[in-house]
Amino acid sequence: MDKNKLRVEELKKTANRIRVEIVKSIYGAGSGHLGGSLSATEILTALYFEKMRIKPEEPSWEGRDRFILSKGHAGPALYTTLAMRGYLPVQELGTLRKMGSRLSGHPACFKTPGIEMTSGSLGQGLSVGLGMRLAGRVKKEDYRVFVLLGDGELQEGQNWEAAMAASQFKINNLIAIVDYNRVQLDGTIDEIMEVEPLTDKWTAFGWSVLQMDGHDLNEILPTLDQAISLSKSGPVVIIARTNKGKGVSFMENKAEWHGKAPTEEEFRQALAELEQGGVSK
Amino acid sequence: MKEKKLVAQRDAYGLGLVELGKTNPNIAVLDADVSKSTKTEYFAKNFPERFFNFGIAEQNMMAAAAGMAKSGMVPFVNTFSFLATYRAADQLRSSVVYPKANVKIAATYGGLSDSFDGPTHQSIADIAMVRALPNLTVVVPADAVEVEKALPVLANYNGPVWLRLSRNPAPIIYSDDYEFTLGKASLLRDGNDVTLISCGTMAGRVLEAAERLAKDGLNPRVLSISTLKPLDEEAILAAAEKTGALVTVEEHNLLGGLGGAVSEVVAGKNPVPVKRVGIPDTFADTGAYDALLDKYGLSVENIVTAAKEACARKR
Repeated sequence: MDKNKLRVEELKKTANRIRVEIVKSIYGAGSGHLGGSLSATEILTALYFEKMRIKPEEPSWEGRDRFILSKGHAGPALYTTLAMRGYLPVQELGTLRKMGSRLSGHPACFKTPGIEMTSGSLGQGLSVGLGMRLAGRVKKEDYRVFVLLGDGELQEGQNWEAAMAASQFKINNLIAIVDYNRVQLDGTIDEIMEVEPLTDKWTAFGWSVLQMDGHDLNEILPTLDQAISLSKSGPVVIIARTNKGKGVSFMENKAEWHGKAPTEEEFRQALAELEQGGVSK
Repeated sequence: MKEKKLVAQRDAYGLGLVELGKTNPNIAVLDADVSKSTKTEYFAKNFPERFFNFGIAEQNMMAAAAGMAKSGMVPFVNTFSFLATYRAADQLRSSVVYPKANVKIAATYGGLSDSFDGPTHQSIADIAMVRALPNLTVVVPADAVEVEKALPVLANYNGPVWLRLSRNPAPIIYSDDYEFTLGKASLLRDGNDVTLISCGTMAGRVLEAAERLAKDGLNPRVLSISTLKPLDEEAILAAAEKTGALVTVEEHNLLGGLGGAVSEVVAGKNPVPVKRVGIPDTFADTGAYDALLDKYGLSVENIVTAAKEACARKR
């Protein structure tokens, strides 16, 4: 097996361990957003374990790449990734959503090492990322900013204000990733409020648009490379096709798993499935 | 009363920003297509690489400012108060104030000062909203001098600040050697009978009322509270103790502003009579600024009457 294939296999295992910890922490908390956390796992793994320039031992290192979880309800996925990457102790994940914990119901930058920006109220992360890159331009610093957006979140008009501005300001080193799982809280995107045609929309706003399978690390890694390269001359968005609840058969693509914790039986079944490496490819 | 010099706060603000820009390379200025009104056009001319016009998209501007602040800049966000405070309210709350982003929000055209544009453009409930947000410092300067003096202090303070500015020429209260201290009330006139407390440019009308009261044989104390949060409780309690009656005067709804803040302080510690002068929970009208103030509860006569009533209720 060549080096790349080995690395992908390693990252797949990491992603699976992250999934297990996400399910454990939300089960332990008794509430939380499983579906959208599980859909973002490979994307976070690829960013934090492979592509982002970071120093986990120095979370405020000035030259670091920034990641903003605009879809803040996937906090458990980010907390878990940060813990696995060394920003915080893995056992701390058991404090999720508990009073006094550093792991708030939605991410808070003042509480948790590695969290760049408070999020949870949807639609604001792309603007924040844009502001970070405007500051980078003034200060002549070339850090990259990655913003993970939900697909339902794109119903918030502020995203399109930010998209318009990124283009007008000729922002570079800004990469948005849409976690395109097609399911939101009340139902599927087409039932609630369709966001298509997504590619056309972003293109019309002046962004370069890439597509990838958001669970296949063989696609994610090269697509991120391409996005990083393209972002030198303007804003880039990657539309990542994902499954909400990915890795646990009875959670996949189900709106009801947007924001609830498993029962004990469901928890055991979910862990059993994940320990076999997940049900889907 | 002697003629007072009139200067608009927005002009002092626009010039003050340029001075800040000269000494601090991290100052950035953000506007939403109203730079001629906010007077950020001066900064734009001097520092084009640090001026960003976001177009008519205030929510994006507010959250982008938070991102800039989180990356070491000191962004000043500029637009009309109703847009900065209400249109971008959740961006202010979630992205700026809760994470304590070092963003300065200049909410201009406060109160009734955009008088001819009417109630859509006037901001009579903005203070009520920002005062109830944790972590946010709220400043409503009394005149153009205070704007000029406050700007470097606010720029150096590390944390979110909401600064309310008036559009129209207003009396100069302070001399050029005035020093602004965040969180401190200013004593404009010493007296024993009643204390008139104002925020913002109503200080001019309050001083006129004080002269009228003095002619009528009362000796009023006059305080200007430009930092509404954190509030100078000590100065309010000292005034309550010394004069036994308070009158608050603000270009704002009677609900939730300075009058509410002062009442909250004395209610718990020294419940002296408080009369509140302000806009009586109604949207105003279109018209000349001074005429609107007179019509909507803020005439000099309103202040004089309130002071006499407060005195009459003293124990």
